[in-house]
Amino acid sequence: MTVQISFTLNGRPTSVDVEPATLVAELLREQLHLTGTHIGCDTSQCGACVVHLNGLPVKSCTLLAPALDGATLLTIEGLTGAPGSNQMHPMQEAFREHHGLQCGFCTPGMLMTAVALATEKPDLTEADVRHGLEGNICRCTGYQNIVISVMAGAAAMHAAKGE
Amino acid sequence: MGNVIGIGAAPKRKEDQRFLTGRGNYVSDIKRSGMAAGVFVRSPHGHAVLRGIDKSAALASPGVIAVLTGDDVADDGLGSLPCGWGITDAKGVPMKEPPFPMLAQDKVRFVGDMVAFVIAETPEQANAAADLLKVDYEVLPSVVGVLEAIRPDAPQLFDDVPKNICCDWELGDKAAVESAFKKAAHVARLSLVNNRLIGNPMEPRAAIAEYEPGTDRYTLWTTSQFPHVVRFLMGALVLNIPQHKLRVVAPDVGGGFGVKQFHYGEEAVITWAAKRVRRPVKWVASRSEGYVSDRHGRDHVTEAELALDETGKFLAFRVKTLANMGGYLSTFGPNIPTNLYGPLLSGVYTTPAIYCNVKVVFTNTVPVDAYRGAGRPEATFVLERIVDVAASEMGIDRVEIRRRNMIPKEAYPYQTPVLVQYDSGDPMGCLDGALVAADVKNFGVRKAASASNGKFRGLGYSTYVEACGLAPSRFAGRLGARGGLYESATVRVHPTGQVTVMIGTHNHGQGHETTFAQIVSDKLGVAFENVDIVFGDTDRVQFGMGTYGSRSLVVGGAALSKATDKVIVKGKKIAAHLLEVSEADIQFEAGKFSVAGTDRIKTFEEIAGAAYVPHNYPLEVLEPGLEEQAYYDPVNFTYPGGCHIAEVEVDPETGTVTLVNYTAVDDVGTVINPMIVEGQLHGGIVQGVGQALFENAVYDEGSGQLLSGSLMDYCMPRADHLPMMKVATHSTLCTHTPMGVKGCGEVGTIGSPAAVINAVVDALSHLGVTHVDMPATPNRIWRLLQNASLPVAAE
Repeated sequence: MTVQISFTLNGRPTSVDVEPATLVAELLREQLHLTGTHIGCDTSQCGACVVHLNGLPVKSCTLLAPALDGATLLTIEGLTGAPGSNQMHPMQEAFREHHGLQCGFCTPGMLMTAVALATEKPDLTEADVRHGLEGNICRCTGYQNIVISVMAGAAAMHAAKGE
Repeated sequence: MGNVIGIGAAPKRKEDQRFLTGRGNYVSDIKRSGMAAGVFVRSPHGHAVLRGIDKSAALASPGVIAVLTGDDVADDGLGSLPCGWGITDAKGVPMKEPPFPMLAQDKVRFVGDMVAFVIAETPEQANAAADLLKVDYEVLPSVVGVLEAIRPDAPQLFDDVPKNICCDWELGDKAAVESAFKKAAHVARLSLVNNRLIGNPMEPRAAIAEYEPGTDRYTLWTTSQFPHVVRFLMGALVLNIPQHKLRVVAPDVGGGFGVKQFHYGEEAVITWAAKRVRRPVKWVASRSEGYVSDRHGRDHVTEAELALDETGKFLAFRVKTLANMGGYLSTFGPNIPTNLYGPLLSGVYTTPAIYCNVKVVFTNTVPVDAYRGAGRPEATFVLERIVDVAASEMGIDRVEIRRRNMIPKEAYPYQTPVLVQYDSGDPMGCLDGALVAADVKNFGVRKAASASNGKFRGLGYSTYVEACGLAPSRFAGRLGARGGLYESATVRVHPTGQVTVMIGTHNHGQGHETTFAQIVSDKLGVAFENVDIVFGDTDRVQFGMGTYGSRSLVVGGAALSKATDKVIVKGKKIAAHLLEVSEADIQFEAGKFSVAGTDRIKTFEEIAGAAYVPHNYPLEVLEPGLEEQAYYDPVNFTYPGGCHIAEVEVDPETGTVTLVNYTAVDDVGTVINPMIVEGQLHGGIVQGVGQALFENAVYDEGSGQLLSGSLMDYCMPRADHLPMMKVATHSTLCTHTPMGVKGCGEVGTIGSPAAVINAVVDALSHLGVTHVDMPATPNRIWRLLQNASLPVAAE
């Protein structure tokens, strides 16, 4: 038995039939072929699967797909710079500039959390960023360049908005 | 025209765009037409006789395609998983080497040992069927600790391995050490545990196998650090597949740290299964599955003794270690606590006599193999801890005792008493740099400030050396390696002057696509963006040994450098022909071939074009084309080293240790890309800090259950556990690698555990604490404080 759900995915109206027990991470990866959202654990600890649900960061491995009905979902594939441009988002640029990634596996989830943190609080301190990244594990970088990237990315986001 | 980017520059990474936009291509992202799903049924018991498996209910479950067990493996006459390194005891007797079947046959020997492989249309159906498999186990007592495993009455894993000892290995001059101990003014003694770790790359292991009946070819996509080695071991030794019929691909791999450098049974089972069911089959591990199947690291119990004269000079060092191998011998397993451990007990010191005895022991735990640093962090930890113990007991300052025993810069090359010869280094220079960078002279002020808040502050040093760039084949062969450890690279220059490099190392976060492109850009004068680096595919790359042991730049980069030199030699021949001069008159610099002393030039692009348009070529002496390959086998290991200083604050109320400052000055030889080196140092340090403060794989003795079996039970370092670290390089050049490089991937993990624990002990020394085993968790510290010579009041 499947249920039909309709939601906005990365700005586009989307309708799919899903098994009720399907997790959002599985839906994205297996049915919608958006493999940028990664699955790194089975206990909602690692944060590689973070996406934005109605503008807020959530771990898509613990959310059932039927809960998406009527919602707005943003995944790493939808994260871009200025609308209509080919540019990356300022947070993506900051991660590239400050070497905020190594193997790249945790990176999509890290970026989605980072954008949410920066959106929520305009003047992030180092302590804010470290605390805010508590739910995202990176094994490669030792976090130092991620923290620097998030702070730089947040500054760039707010500069772009003229704040 | 783009930019030539040379050695020492820090361009942004070529690989980043795809990772940042969610367009990486990891194994779990790959789909094949007609793909089925596989799940492994794993032993829930640490030790049990496998009396029988009833497949009937599982086979009748919806969507099930096949259920394969050890009997099927035996019926097909397949081999056992090979160990790549054979060690011998002091008398030359080879290690005990029991078979490691790809699916268990007579017994299971650890929780997670593979019992069956269930293939179905979907992962859900495969999981449902796996639950229906009836496995008849006769449960036996498990033994998980090395001290327990060597007792005469311990459960025996293998009938022909008495006391579970795989090998009783030794290194060094035992008599000379004993004689030195008799003359010693002081002997420092220390017993310690080097805790078992789980690698936890963020991408769980995964594999997809496909068989094409039309060509009799197999393809395996796997999360591997060395696809060619998997192809060789699996094809030639396990499945009997001719090498040219087997393609192994490791695409984007989400972290390795050693955990993905072994040939795993899952890879062999899934490749074999794909042919049996004539369908592509995919398996993706869950994190919890990884905890009981990814190879673990470390797990030593050690007793060490350091003999000193009255001035604090080291006379001799004696170490006895019990090293846990787990239930079977993994690919490099027995090599790690022996050949990669014993020789590093010399450290950066002039200790004249060293003796090391290692009993390599089987237990009912996940097999142990190389994890970031592999043997060298264990050696550094023992040595740097006992140096502190000796300093404390003899009343000598910890920096001073190190200075008195350090190998001076001018004494290099330095032959140690335990096999290895360090070619270059400057431990004193690293120490001096670190003392300044860590602002050690004002530590007292900071300690007093902590004390006024009721906290204990401590400072810890670790001055270390490692052996990298695995390895000289001749040396490795003498030590029992069953393969060579060279590297290969092919430089293919296209007719337009762009370059594709095919290299036998692997990139899983280290930034090789960038670093290697810099080398080519620098040497050939080709724009950085016009160089592509290909790796991880046995159909595209001729051969290679992969990435581990900080060998990629050291060995792979050297092969690349050699191949690039050959391209220049060939280019000169073409230029000489085009410019109608003798080859000896052609110079190559900054992307231009010129006639010496004239302004007559041919650009690299012109030469590349001419190589593929050989009109009027003297074909009898000059072949068309511009592609060169080189193999490089190093003459020695490289020896990065350095000094790490950790500063911690301990809260006596809770036992919590907070890392407040961390400083590292490392000698990694030539730095190709300082941004990437710094990133490697950061990550490495935090993996060592993780071992020192948080991480521990804990087994239940008797049942063999892994108690820390998920990310909820195994504490990984998170962003808010850490301060901003200060890292710097103080490089001496390697004297035998083409570019002077030494390697940087593991230095952080090798230097940091001792620095952190030395700092914790320093913080608590006023309470009579002389040692703390890792990880220094709040619970462990709090209990220690309850037993310490209180009062707990700050000094």
